[in-house]
Amino acid sequence: MNATTALRNGWQKVFGAGARSARPAPGDTSHGTILYLEDISVSFDGFKALNALTLYIDAGELRCIIGPNGAGKTTMMDVITGKTRPDAGSAWFGQTTDLLTLSEPQIAEAGIGRKFQKPTVFEQHTVMENLELAVAGTKTIWTTLGSPLDRRQHERIEEVLETIRLQDRRSMRAGMLSHGQKQWLEIGMLLAQEPRLLLVDEPVAGMTPQEVERTAELLLSLAGKHSVMVVEHDMDFVRSIARRVTVLHEGHVLAEGTIDEVQNDPRVVEVYLGE
Amino acid sequence: MQTSHPAIRLLAGERGTQVFLALLLTVGVAAPIMHLAFPEGSALHLSSYTMTLMGKYMTYALLAIAVDLVWGYCGILSLGHAAFFALGGYAMGMYLMRQIGTRGVYGDPVLPDFMVFLNWQELPWFWHGFDMFWFAALMVIVVPGLLALAFGWLAFRSRVTGVYLSIITQALTYALMLAFFRNDMGFGGNNGLTDFKDILGANINAPGTRVALFVASAVALGLGYLACRYITLSRAGRVVQAIRDAESRTRFIGYRVESYKLWVFAFSAVLAGIAGALYVPQVGIINPSEFQPINSIEIVIWVAVGGRGTLYGAVAGAVLVNYAKTYFTATIPELWLYALGTLFVIVTLFLPKGVVGLADKFTSREPAARAVTA
Repeated sequence: MNATTALRNGWQKVFGAGARSARPAPGDTSHGTILYLEDISVSFDGFKALNALTLYIDAGELRCIIGPNGAGKTTMMDVITGKTRPDAGSAWFGQTTDLLTLSEPQIAEAGIGRKFQKPTVFEQHTVMENLELAVAGTKTIWTTLGSPLDRRQHERIEEVLETIRLQDRRSMRAGMLSHGQKQWLEIGMLLAQEPRLLLVDEPVAGMTPQEVERTAELLLSLAGKHSVMVVEHDMDFVRSIARRVTVLHEGHVLAEGTIDEVQNDPRVVEVYLGE
Repeated sequence: MQTSHPAIRLLAGERGTQVFLALLLTVGVAAPIMHLAFPEGSALHLSSYTMTLMGKYMTYALLAIAVDLVWGYCGILSLGHAAFFALGGYAMGMYLMRQIGTRGVYGDPVLPDFMVFLNWQELPWFWHGFDMFWFAALMVIVVPGLLALAFGWLAFRSRVTGVYLSIITQALTYALMLAFFRNDMGFGGNNGLTDFKDILGANINAPGTRVALFVASAVALGLGYLACRYITLSRAGRVVQAIRDAESRTRFIGYRVESYKLWVFAFSAVLAGIAGALYVPQVGIINPSEFQPINSIEIVIWVAVGGRGTLYGAVAGAVLVNYAKTYFTATIPELWLYALGTLFVIVTLFLPKGVVGLADKFTSREPAARAVTA
């Protein structure tokens, strides 16, 4: 029995399984919390990247995560998106979706989108094609081979183009965009997936002040409709968008609160802000 | 905006494709006429040698398209595609062997000569069914396809990529070569399968049959090209190119990358198998040297020389390199491998988009925007 189940799961992973695929029910947030990370530990060759990390994100919240290099911010995102499996702990998306049992595409399908630190748009594809690749819908090869986008998907793409203000760049190759525009396109690709939770890694690194301001507006406009988790070093930027800030240090949560509370916390000052 | 259905865009908008299809149509119609309608000695007569040579190039071109699909578009550098080509060839060869009947040297009505020679009493189980053309034709597709599915499923699921994948594809074709060299395998050992007489009841050496095989190769090349072009123009094609450019990114936006790679790889293997099946009756022999690792590497060179990621570039490369090979191996055979090596170095260093990239540079108003920048 177990062998059959394992075989079927493997089959579905590689071949995609149409109607039979166990599409995970999207995170049930009836308790107001969309992400539960509890006692997560990850170690690489003895180095504890995450050490009993416990963190909750509320539905519709915009949360900033700060912390010195090596505090475990990226590893935490890797765990949430299924790239890294923790040695211990649990990770739930809403009350019903156990992230640790899902593969990366299944997690994306369940409604968690991630923006990487470096802009990783598809440079050879146009802006439009980038959004088309990302837009929510069936993503098995038989669908993408046989049928063009439906009307709802087209509308969604137009909506996103407007939000990220790249309408007039739609036919441009993404590789030709400026750094800031690439970052927005990438956020747009996340939005096109209609995620419940967005993970955004250092969105304003390397941006001009105008671009930073525009990005802050963009992220603020998303909160409420989506839950957003932003990892960022730029304290001015964090101050301009965050209501709640979590400070990570050596793989666990050091402090949590408003930006003022956190900045005045002596432990935080010692490890991070005081440097 | 890309609202039109891919089928409409198959023929439109790309000059390379239009030129290729026009050439293929011209050659596919003109060559048989020149061969059959004009008597030998006439200036317009095409010899059966040239005819067969062109048919052979067409099967190579189909093989090159198959490699371009996985390498140029999906980023999988397969150095084992000659194995799928040879398997398709063996499936066809087995059918042709069964057609010999009592005309073999030993005159056994069922057993091919080499089995009689090895003192075998009955036909091995895997030779059954190959007396029927439809069964052999099915096997031409099924055997390479299934091998590619099994191999790809193991390799892609374990996320073997890049140079490691290339190495195990070399190992695959090398292992098959060693296996097929053994007499016990039941595929004629190092002599392979040859001495064919009939195909579908027609004498395999008759001019009419030669023409039919030539036309079949041209049709297969045309259809294979259009199928690949359909794939690359569909949304799936853009997903496949996204996988080539940023695999893990594609996985994160919700695509089952392994599944895409697997199906593209299997489809490509089937095309290679069909090419092999058309190759064997035209050259009259299939033996284990077709599995040589160097053969698979040569295909990759054809594609690189022509220009990968364009399909028509692969065709151009296959024809150019093989024409050069035919010419050089006839005149200065000892220099051919050096010439091939030099060609590859020059193309890699100076022509990252191959000869079609060069042609585009000189003639086109807009550069080949989609071609891979190496």
